[in-house]
Amino acid sequence: MTDVTVCYDNVEAVRNVSLSVDEGQIVTVIGPNGAGKTTLLMAAIGLLASRGSMVFRGSDIRRMSVEDRVERRLCLVPEKRELFSDMSVADNLLLGSYSLRDRSGVQKTLDEVYDRFPRLRERQRQAAGTLSGGERQMLALGRALMAKPALLMLDEPSLGLAPLIVREIFRTIASLRDLGVSILLVEQNARAALETADYGYVLETGEVVQSGPAKDLIHDPRLITAYLGGH
Amino acid sequence: MTSDIAAILGIDGIATGAVYALVAIGTVLIFTVTRVIFIPFGDIAAFTALTLAALDAKRFPGTGALVVVLACLATLIEIISLIRSGDIRLLPRALLFYLAIPLAVVGIAWLVMRMEPPLAVRLVLALMLITPIAPLLDRIVFRPIADGTVLLLLTVSVALHFALVGLGLLFFGPEGVRTEPLTSFSTEFAGVLISGQTMLIVIAALVFSGLLYLFFDFTLVGKSLRATAVNRTGSRLMGIRPARAGTIAYLLGSLMAGVSGILIAPVNTVFYDSGFLIGLKAFVGAIVGGMTSYPGAAIGAVGVGILESFASFQSSALKDVIVFSLLIPILIWRSLASLHSEEEIEE
Repeated sequence: MTDVTVCYDNVEAVRNVSLSVDEGQIVTVIGPNGAGKTTLLMAAIGLLASRGSMVFRGSDIRRMSVEDRVERRLCLVPEKRELFSDMSVADNLLLGSYSLRDRSGVQKTLDEVYDRFPRLRERQRQAAGTLSGGERQMLALGRALMAKPALLMLDEPSLGLAPLIVREIFRTIASLRDLGVSILLVEQNARAALETADYGYVLETGEVVQSGPAKDLIHDPRLITAYLGGH
Repeated sequence: MTSDIAAILGIDGIATGAVYALVAIGTVLIFTVTRVIFIPFGDIAAFTALTLAALDAKRFPGTGALVVVLACLATLIEIISLIRSGDIRLLPRALLFYLAIPLAVVGIAWLVMRMEPPLAVRLVLALMLITPIAPLLDRIVFRPIADGTVLLLLTVSVALHFALVGLGLLFFGPEGVRTEPLTSFSTEFAGVLISGQTMLIVIAALVFSGLLYLFFDFTLVGKSLRATAVNRTGSRLMGIRPARAGTIAYLLGSLMAGVSGILIAPVNTVFYDSGFLIGLKAFVGAIVGGMTSYPGAAIGAVGVGILESFASFQSSALKDVIVFSLLIPILIWRSLASLHSEEEIEE
């Protein structure tokens, strides 16, 4: 995306942001609360209108509906997870594959997701609303994987989870690189995000203030003081 | 009141309630998927009865003209909205769904009718003619305001009902109709005579509710409708289009309302404006289920039917007063119940 601006009631929440994710790359956007990270992802999936240019695998998607973007295999796991709480884990996963025209590989993908998250297999008949926080995040991730995404956008996947589960989630994210999935990861947990990612952007009050390879950013003295908790 | 009379009234009430239940289930379906309280479902039921009566009398029903007018209007609106959003490439699909299919349905019905088909075929024709109406009305009236508040949608829904009653008078005329019974079979059970029509009503209500349950639980499309009802944003993120889910919901709802219209036509005389009371009583049933539960709506609707049956025995003139007075304690109970659960959540 180039020069993307997103407005809420005439207030510019994101201003002239340009960023790109190469195929198979994990890119992270870090920054404080209210910097516009979630807004950026909402605009990228089409839930919020934006100005500027947004190109995904060669086609201009800026004016496309959410559903058209999903059909082009652009997926978002939102901060609120947005699960179908009354429905079973298995149904949630199945609905993840809704946008796929070719239904022949769905069962195989489902088995892969269950292999990746054995806990979901154990709880496949349980309603999504009864799961624990970590399981819900696993289900949200698994549901997104069912759509065989080309670009997976994750909004604060570690939010509200216990440290042990956060580590598991980040391990999963890193392993998705092997599947050839590109990932745009928005995180407040800057250290974990930069350790996982290839490239990083720092967003402050709606603007990109810094960017570079993740391994450089993690040693940047200014970022260490601001986001990485010193040392 | 003797026990015999009570039994007769009970059976009669269950049959009437089963008809309301079909409409109530359709009402809940539309509300959960689109947030629209679709008052005109009763009109759809009444129009089906009028359509069937016209087919029985070997006249082509006014429904055909109504569908043609609505199809042209919907197509026009769809074309304008596609030009505005710059999605001209979707034009062929829009023409197919909003113009070609509804016109084909009317055309097929017209052709088949000339062959003087048997009753079973006439039933199918009546249902075929009636089902496009609600999805087309959705495109014309509700799609442009889909993001409005529930109150706005309800207000428009009520206005739409009055518009439909006017159209009903125009297309069907002021005469009431009563169609021939679907069966002349009758049997005695525990000393009470039960007509085949009554049994048919109850069986049809059970079968169609069962089919709907299977559709929701075992098909991807059914699950996508449930998903839209549970979480609209979440379902959009899966690529489920709310507009398409709405259209499917309207089609299914119309089918339920259409079946109830066919079932009620041999029992009650149906006029162009009879739909309002059917729709309103189904709505009372749906409210008992909190507008979200299918079994709740069905039980509520059967309850309304039984109450109406007993009320009309006690005082025929006051039966509607008694049924609608029921709404007040139910609303108080429901608002107290929801207040209670909100308090629990806050704790």
